[in-house]
Amino acid sequence: MSSPASTPSRRRGKRGRGSNPPTPQDARSPPSQKRRTDDSTSTGDLQPMPTSPPAEAQSPGAADALFSSPPQFRHSAIPLDFDISSPLTYGTPSSRVEGTPRSGARGTPVRQRPDLGSVRKARQVDLHSDGLAEDIVATEQSLGQKLVIWGTDVNVASCKEKFQRFLQRFIDPLDKEDEDIGLDLNEPRYMQRLQEINMVGEPFLNVNCDHLRSFDENLYRQLICYPQEVIPTFDMAANEIFFDRYPDSILEHQIQVRPYNALKTRNMRNLNPEDIDQLITISGMVIRTSQLIPEMQEAFFRCQVCAFTTRVEIDRGRIAEPSVCKNCNTTHSMALIHNRSMFSDKQMIKLQESPEDMPAGQTPHTVALFAHNDLVDKVQPGDRVNVTGIYRAVPIRVNPRVSSVKSVYRTHIDVIHYRKTDSKRLHGVDEESEQKRFTEERVELLKELSKKADIYERLALALAPSIYEHEDIKKGILLQLFGGSRKDFTHTGRGNFRAEINILLCGDPGTSKSQLLQYVYNLVPRGQYTSGKGSSAVGLTAYVMKDPETRQLVLQTGALVLSDNGICCIDEFDKMNESTRSVLHEVMEQQTLSIAKAGIICQLNARTSILAAANPIESQWNPKKTTIENIQLPHTLLSRFDLIFLMLDPRDEAYDRRLARHLVSLYYQSEEKVEEEYMDMAVLRDYIAYARSYVNPRLGEEAGQALIEAYVDMRKIGSGRGMVSAYPRQLESLIRLAEAHAKVRFSEKVETVDVEEAKRLHREALKQSATDPKTGIVDISILTTGMSATARKRKEELAQALRKLIQSKGKAPSLKYQQLLDDLRAQSDIAVTKEMFEEALRALADEDFLTVTGKTVRLL
Amino acid sequence: MPCVGDWLNCPLSIVQGIFAQNAPNSDWEKKVTEYFKEKLKENNATNWVPSLNDVPVHYLKPNSLVKFRCMVQDMFDPEFYMGVYETVDPNTNARVLHFGKYRDVAECGPQQEIDLNSSQTVTSERQTFYCVPVPGESAWVKEISFLTESALIYKLASQARVSPSTSYTPSRHKRSYEEDEDMDLHPSKQKEQHMGKSCCCGGDIHGCVEPKRLETEASAGHHVISPNCSPPLDLNFPLPGEKGPACLVKVYESWESFKVNDVLEVFGVLSVDPVLSIVNSEERDSSTLDPMECMDTAEEQRVHSPPASLVPRIHVILAQKLQHINPLLPVCLNEEESKTCEFVSNFMSELSPVRAELLGFLTHALLGDSLAAEYLILHLISTVYARRDVLPLGKFTVNLSGCPQNSAFAEHLYRLIQQLVPASYHLRMSIESMNHSRFIPHKDYTANRLVSGLLQLASNTSLVIDETQLEQGQLDTAGVHNVTALGNLITWQKVDYDFNYHRMEFPCNINVLITSEGRSLLPSDCQVHLQPQIIPPNMEEYMSSLLTAVLPSVLNKFRIYLSLLRLLDYSISDEVTKAVEEDFVEMRKNNPESVTADDLHKMLLVARFLSLSAGQTTLSRERWLRAKQLEALRKARLQQQQCVNGNEL
Repeated sequence: MSSPASTPSRRRGKRGRGSNPPTPQDARSPPSQKRRTDDSTSTGDLQPMPTSPPAEAQSPGAADALFSSPPQFRHSAIPLDFDISSPLTYGTPSSRVEGTPRSGARGTPVRQRPDLGSVRKARQVDLHSDGLAEDIVATEQSLGQKLVIWGTDVNVASCKEKFQRFLQRFIDPLDKEDEDIGLDLNEPRYMQRLQEINMVGEPFLNVNCDHLRSFDENLYRQLICYPQEVIPTFDMAANEIFFDRYPDSILEHQIQVRPYNALKTRNMRNLNPEDIDQLITISGMVIRTSQLIPEMQEAFFRCQVCAFTTRVEIDRGRIAEPSVCKNCNTTHSMALIHNRSMFSDKQMIKLQESPEDMPAGQTPHTVALFAHNDLVDKVQPGDRVNVTGIYRAVPIRVNPRVSSVKSVYRTHIDVIHYRKTDSKRLHGVDEESEQKRFTEERVELLKELSKKADIYERLALALAPSIYEHEDIKKGILLQLFGGSRKDFTHTGRGNFRAEINILLCGDPGTSKSQLLQYVYNLVPRGQYTSGKGSSAVGLTAYVMKDPETRQLVLQTGALVLSDNGICCIDEFDKMNESTRSVLHEVMEQQTLSIAKAGIICQLNARTSILAAANPIESQWNPKKTTIENIQLPHTLLSRFDLIFLMLDPRDEAYDRRLARHLVSLYYQSEEKVEEEYMDMAVLRDYIAYARSYVNPRLGEEAGQALIEAYVDMRKIGSGRGMVSAYPRQLESLIRLAEAHAKVRFSEKVETVDVEEAKRLHREALKQSATDPKTGIVDISILTTGMSATARKRKEELAQALRKLIQSKGKAPSLKYQQLLDDLRAQSDIAVTKEMFEEALRALADEDFLTVTGKTVRLL
Repeated sequence: MPCVGDWLNCPLSIVQGIFAQNAPNSDWEKKVTEYFKEKLKENNATNWVPSLNDVPVHYLKPNSLVKFRCMVQDMFDPEFYMGVYETVDPNTNARVLHFGKYRDVAECGPQQEIDLNSSQTVTSERQTFYCVPVPGESAWVKEISFLTESALIYKLASQARVSPSTSYTPSRHKRSYEEDEDMDLHPSKQKEQHMGKSCCCGGDIHGCVEPKRLETEASAGHHVISPNCSPPLDLNFPLPGEKGPACLVKVYESWESFKVNDVLEVFGVLSVDPVLSIVNSEERDSSTLDPMECMDTAEEQRVHSPPASLVPRIHVILAQKLQHINPLLPVCLNEEESKTCEFVSNFMSELSPVRAELLGFLTHALLGDSLAAEYLILHLISTVYARRDVLPLGKFTVNLSGCPQNSAFAEHLYRLIQQLVPASYHLRMSIESMNHSRFIPHKDYTANRLVSGLLQLASNTSLVIDETQLEQGQLDTAGVHNVTALGNLITWQKVDYDFNYHRMEFPCNINVLITSEGRSLLPSDCQVHLQPQIIPPNMEEYMSSLLTAVLPSVLNKFRIYLSLLRLLDYSISDEVTKAVEEDFVEMRKNNPESVTADDLHKMLLVARFLSLSAGQTTLSRERWLRAKQLEALRKARLQQQQCVNGNEL
């Protein structure tokens, strides 16, 4: 009977049959009253639509309350069961609530739920008599316990009771969701929600299916399998409790229960015929939304002859026009009155699979969603959402003129609940972890891995295995992938501390820098890859565009903003032009992007790590020059990189040998063998994602001490020689690196080992990039001022020598440039290059000692 | 023969038979595929199945078995359909079960109605692929597969009126003469040929199909706009000027295993039911009325359910991925089958003369430069055989620099290559073409389809980029994107398809050959500077005489050679690994500047393809030395060239 594969037809049958709309009583009266109205008219699919609901449907005393409620709601899709002929009921039909003795919901209308299909009322079948006989419709309460809704195993009374129990009792002190702000976790959470509804007046109760599942497995199963029947029952239950508690509360309409987070289906690709008419949750990206479609729920007809009026319900998208007037028996006299018909809002939305869920080499699937009433216009194209809804399949209509039917069904999802995955980012980064869920086995596996002593080395090895050696660089990138802990110092006026680690790779061409960048870009979910040569400041930041259709200004975000919380890989960093590079200053320290363009002024988050690669200016690294001189980047920018690595071609035989073996193996090893050898890319990715979202290490006492020592040591190295070899920025880098290393170990506390490794790595990077080529000593001022301390000293000396030389020349007001240079060279014991000479001249010019015009030097 | 006609002409009746036997049991589906698998295994049975590639749709009988060699261009959403349904006769209340598989339309008799609420109804799922003929498929592939495989089609299809022996022969002769000269006219000529003949499909279908046929041609560039049809439907071929039927292929089993850009050969039931189109147009009319139908835009409707006569449907019974599309090779090259083994070993035994001949041929084609010819062979048999994280292994992009500019050398070289490889495309780079053509496929969300671009090519397609015609000028944004895409394609063998909100990476395997005057602006694995020994006064004459000098049988051998060697396995023994290691260390010792890791990469690649080109599947010491020698020669040439240039400057 309920074999899933045959559901579409079965359901359709039901939908057609129970064509009566939900009545006000329906929503909250005990079964006895509710069932009274059960349709005598609706017995078969092919039966004509009930043009006029049965008279006995009217609740006693209903008419009294007729005007008690103002027509305050714009969604007029409220079905009427009674008093059709009275125009006065228009718009306030559900105000008659007195018919339900237990309800105190005076003035709270019911609103139809188009998301559950046009019909909510299903017939009940007595299981103990002929269960399948279609004609047996229970009408007595005495049968209540044995009754189930036709086609299901749902018993309304017990289902309602169970759900009420769930609402009243469900407590989960451990569960934490971002929406839970202000909830007492030790009180029944849904009772608090109801209280919230009372206060706020938003009549929607969102129920996490996961909670329901942990509370009552069977009820959960029923919800998933028969949402169309179970959700109305839930509505009933929720409203009963609510109005018991807050009898004076006035809501826009009655509370609607919106379940979400059903575990049934997560991925669009897994949808199959078995999911039809079941409650599902899928995630995806909105690609298109339609305009608002007013969908007729009920048509209003008036006889042209005798002005008799009647209402006709929509049935499967069609309105059956009454051909005969019931009153005067004139044929074809009924005319549709548009502005007295009832419409509900509807919107078609196309949802596309999220790129992460897609298997490689296939195109994304899409699915159509129908949003109703409130949910219309809740999402925009481009939003990532989790949608909970009922999956539907509808046969493509039989064309009356063609006997054959297309054998294909149209499928869509009736949306019950949206959950935007993006919007959570407003709360901060940490919540993003929700997005990526891990199965328990996976978490076990990851934790198991984290306990291994050599996990750090292992992960570093797993990173881009095809790139040979460069272990420290890989380790650095690994730490970058993990990132430091985010700290908030807003209350002390400093704002957020950067947690992202920036790395610059520079070195000879052909040392697989690009390959590393590509690998990282492919590894992280929110990575961007740009090349310095091809990107402009606009492409990196954001630009304002005028929408050709709406003439509206739209902000389009660039690579840096897109890689918020990810890594932005910038290749050929040195080729980037000055203005482009300048936007990076703000991003790399403040982690924001300020935009003031075409009347749009805003600050966007760009909490991105930057992994850049630069080639030396002379195409080959000149070991005789400093980093700055080699790559010609402003030192203000360079000092914002935590680690600067040199990728040089090492020249030693053992290395060559290993490299050769490695490369040769690339060319014949089969792929499977490769997989075994290294950690899977997927595992690596999960490991990083897990650590990023769940591990948040803090500095321990010892580690703090070790950091202080390390910093003092670094400063000491320099102070002996009159140079400073560390700045507070370096200390911050050290902290970040130590934190990242603690994350690698899944440790909540930063310990001395982490500091040691951070120190080592930092020193390694420093040794490579900040060594003064002239003295061979690590000198951080190369990075911070672009010039080593010795070089600066030498420059000063030269300037002084030049000044002396000029002064010794006596009173000559102007000197020949070349002459002066030759003299200086003759006098000096070191080789004076033209550049050095010019620099010295400039220095003297700054002192207002002389001016240089063309080829002559003039004294002042 | 009668039985053959049965499963070929009305496969659905056979399915019906099997269905009736096993009705409620879902085993029948398996039995159907088994049945057809068996049938197709019989002696060359696959050759009897008419191919959509060769025969215009309107000559094929609706609901007959057809085959189609195609590339998956786009994948539509899965469809739910009535796998099994029941019809009721309202008068007698008699109920009959039907199957909906392999059909677009649920059939029922004139007096019957479909019971949509029957408990017997089974809903099933199938996937639709939008398939186009393999882009850039060479003319000879079409021709040969037409000659060898579908020799029997007309015999079978038009059995009723034409006797088998007479109908075929004359047309073949006629075709093979003309094909070489102007393949452009291929389909129309074919049509002419068969127009005169009795039409097998019956007048009614034919009549309604004919105007639509014109529409295809119009959109394919003939600019014949027939007055009564709406703006021509873009059939979404990746390459401009392509022709041939696009097809909606409905796959019933294991569709997860197919990917975009896979080359498939499908056997299935052809469905061109005009009802499909009628239903659509009606739907479109009533869409204002019906909220259910307005969920798809008109554009989407047009794309997803185009007229069946223009884009026929194939309901797949059997589908297989093709490793190659060379009709001269057995379709499937696995070792189990003795026939294939025999074929391979036979060919291997005469490999070296073929190689020598091919080398000679290419040397002539490259104006007497044998080194360049050697590299060209290596390039032509290269293929991406594995990927290590992001690094594709086995790609071998050659930049042939120093091409004479004025004599249209590049153009003629491409024509020769086209004669050798099964699929190719000649990309003439110019400011204009870079700025205005669409390279990267992108998703059109209004029509909900992947709009194709030049770089959506099947595996092992040869892309010959002609840079000699590139002039100075300004590239606009589109142009820059296109050049970047080309660069990515060459370096990483992947194309980032544009999905508007995000980009998606599709790995590919395309052989790129760049002809340029100086060093190309695109990256390449290896630059070979051409040193012409002879400059023929008339390039056109020279090249065409070159081609006519080669016997067709020899040409076919070349084709087999290039396709077959690509599929061979390869390994390096430990011993040779050691030797290579030693060698590398030695080279570095002498001059660390001269040999880098990149050079070793290149040498290993050259060694790999050099061994394979000689039919050897392991690397030997001699080959390694030969590879080194080739590389040294190539480098010396480059250096020499640099010196020359330096002097000029």
